[in-house]
Amino acid sequence: MSETPDLECRDISKSFDDFKAVNDVSFSVPQGTFFSILGPSGCGKTTLLRMIAGFQEPSSGDLLIKGKSVLDVPPNKRPVSMVFQHLALFPMMNIGANVGFGLRQRGVNKTDITKQVERVLERVGLGGVAERPVSSLSGGQKQRVAIARCMVLEPDVLLLDEPLGALDLKLREHMKIELKQLQSEFNTTFVYITHDQSEALVMSDQIAVMNQGVFEQVGTAKELYYEPDTAFVAGFVGEANRFTAKVKGSAGGSVEMVTSDGQTLHGLDARRSLSVGDSVDIFVRPEAVRLSRNQADVAAMGNTGQGKVANILFNGANSQLILRDQTTGAELNVALPQTGEFRDLARDDVIHFGWEQQQTRVYLADGEQTDV
Amino acid sequence: MSDRSKLTFWLLLAPLLIWLLTLIILPHVGMFLVSLREKVGVREYETGFANYAVFFNEPLYWNTFARTAYMSIAATLLTLLIGFPIAYYIAKLTRGRSKTTLFLMCLIPFWVSELVRTFGWMILLRETGVFSNLLQYVGLASGPVEMLYNDAAIMTGLVYTSMLFMVVPLVTTLDSLDDSLIEAGYDLGASGFAILREIVIPHAMPGIVSGCIVVFMLSLGNYLTPILLGGKDSLWFTGLIYSQFITRFNWELGSAFGFLLLGLSSLIVFVGLKLSRQSLGKTMAQ
Ligand SMILES: Nc1ncnc2c1ncn2[C@@H]1O[C@H](COP(=O)(O)OP(=O)(O)OP(=O)(O)O)[C@@H](O)[C@H]1O
Ligand SMILES: [Mg+2]
Repeated sequence: MSETPDLECRDISKSFDDFKAVNDVSFSVPQGTFFSILGPSGCGKTTLLRMIAGFQEPSSGDLLIKGKSVLDVPPNKRPVSMVFQHLALFPMMNIGANVGFGLRQRGVNKTDITKQVERVLERVGLGGVAERPVSSLSGGQKQRVAIARCMVLEPDVLLLDEPLGALDLKLREHMKIELKQLQSEFNTTFVYITHDQSEALVMSDQIAVMNQGVFEQVGTAKELYYEPDTAFVAGFVGEANRFTAKVKGSAGGSVEMVTSDGQTLHGLDARRSLSVGDSVDIFVRPEAVRLSRNQADVAAMGNTGQGKVANILFNGANSQLILRDQTTGAELNVALPQTGEFRDLARDDVIHFGWEQQQTRVYLADGEQTDV
Repeated sequence: MSDRSKLTFWLLLAPLLIWLLTLIILPHVGMFLVSLREKVGVREYETGFANYAVFFNEPLYWNTFARTAYMSIAATLLTLLIGFPIAYYIAKLTRGRSKTTLFLMCLIPFWVSELVRTFGWMILLRETGVFSNLLQYVGLASGPVEMLYNDAAIMTGLVYTSMLFMVVPLVTTLDSLDDSLIEAGYDLGASGFAILREIVIPHAMPGIVSGCIVVFMLSLGNYLTPILLGGKDSLWFTGLIYSQFITRFNWELGSAFGFLLLGLSSLIVFVGLKLSRQSLGKTMAQ
């Protein structure tokens, strides 16, 4: 692997009139990485990607590809390729002409084009379709043609703008795995944007979580999931029970907080930055909560309680339980363990629950971040 | 189909059928029969192709016929050449209000009658007209310049009259071209020209062809513009037909000419469609 990253953004910003769609974003993507940008709709993902592709000019900041600034390079000269949200395959050409389009623009001779097109089509598992019209392909096949059309040019960076958005759920699940495989096979740097966290978590080496034009956190899927830096990341990546609370007491790194429902929760304050009276946002993952029929099992945990089953949302391995706390009436989502132990659990049953202090993630409510 | 729905079907179709029959088929059948009558004496007629023979034996008719054809083709191509950038600008480079405004501006010339429009050009182009005076004023010409009564004047008039009929179908097809296709083209390294040739024009082809057919038909059948801007010697085929019918009272020859013009326009449209590999159905459907 080379030292210089394939793609580097330095304080990139983009404003439309007074509105800052992308605000001082900096990141770098090493060669061969699958880099995802994950964020809710309208957070500026497409704008950022279009700046990298060259369709939009950054208001400020610098953009480097393989260490060289490309701000002055027009999109048709940039060593990046883009897979568009709706693929943008050319309907007036057959598949071979679509894939060969970029090579034709480079003036490669005809026989070489035919050879290279066939080779890349075979690599994406579509050998022998070059003569067919684009409309004869299924959604997933079109996807692969769109990728082949870019990959045949051997770009330094491949940009993908929610390419799975138009596919149905089943196919999306399948394409996720396939995309990741294609990426490692071509060993090209992918920058992939999506608002679907499972796409990002499954495929990426690195994920940037974006919100309102800024990167909230950049890290691996595991880091984002287990150690979210900000309240936004904790709420956006994975599922979480969310509470707003006030700090009531702190002792030796452990804090005691009272939620608006009157529930008392315990968490860790690793940075010792919380003081009594602070408003905080608290996140607890449903799968961090332990269930048990006898109290002794959960008694040693930092947060315990007794809840009545308000609802069971059965969804195979992703089944969830909605518990209502016996004392405060607060609702809590809990992942239902699939060990069979709770198979006969029914509505209105009462059960004990508990979770460790370090599973309670606490963030100062005014947006300033604090780690546990 | 039940009897009732059959009745509805025919009733709904009736206006179209009546229109076709009375306004298109009947006059043409009549004209064709007239064109086959040969005058052998006073009120004595025989059936034959003599009228058509007159056309083929007289070089003046022949030349006018050919001239009308190639001038119309030239006018069509010129309209396309000027209309395409305008349509592209309206469809792709403007949004919202300014788009509507520009579109309406193409329509404005059609709020006045063709006659008035053509007179407008005459005021601009004649010897004592605006352009002539302007050239003298600036000092580019020493005396009055006559810009009327030549082929260029006819061409200007034809292009001007036809512009809307080219721009409208072009804007419609170009509007339906997804911007991301153009961006994808750039992204894959194409130059602006390559995108025009490989993506924009193939996509706009149905619009180009339907615009061209309409403009060509309009030019070929135009009577007023060639006569007024081209003068007495404009040598436009519709002018010949007119003079056979009205000046010479030779309805037989006039009808034959009319049929020849119909054949010519059909032939050229057919060749045009074949060359552009479009079908009439596909073109009209857009
Ligand atoms: N040309 C433009 N002019 C003005 N505002 C724009 C323009 N393009 C984008 N925006 C605004 O910038 C913000 C970010 O848009 P962007 O398309 O980057 O969002 P996104 O993250 O890609 O969202 P989605 O997931 O819905 O595609 C939006 O609020 C949008 O309204
Ligand atoms: Mg987007």
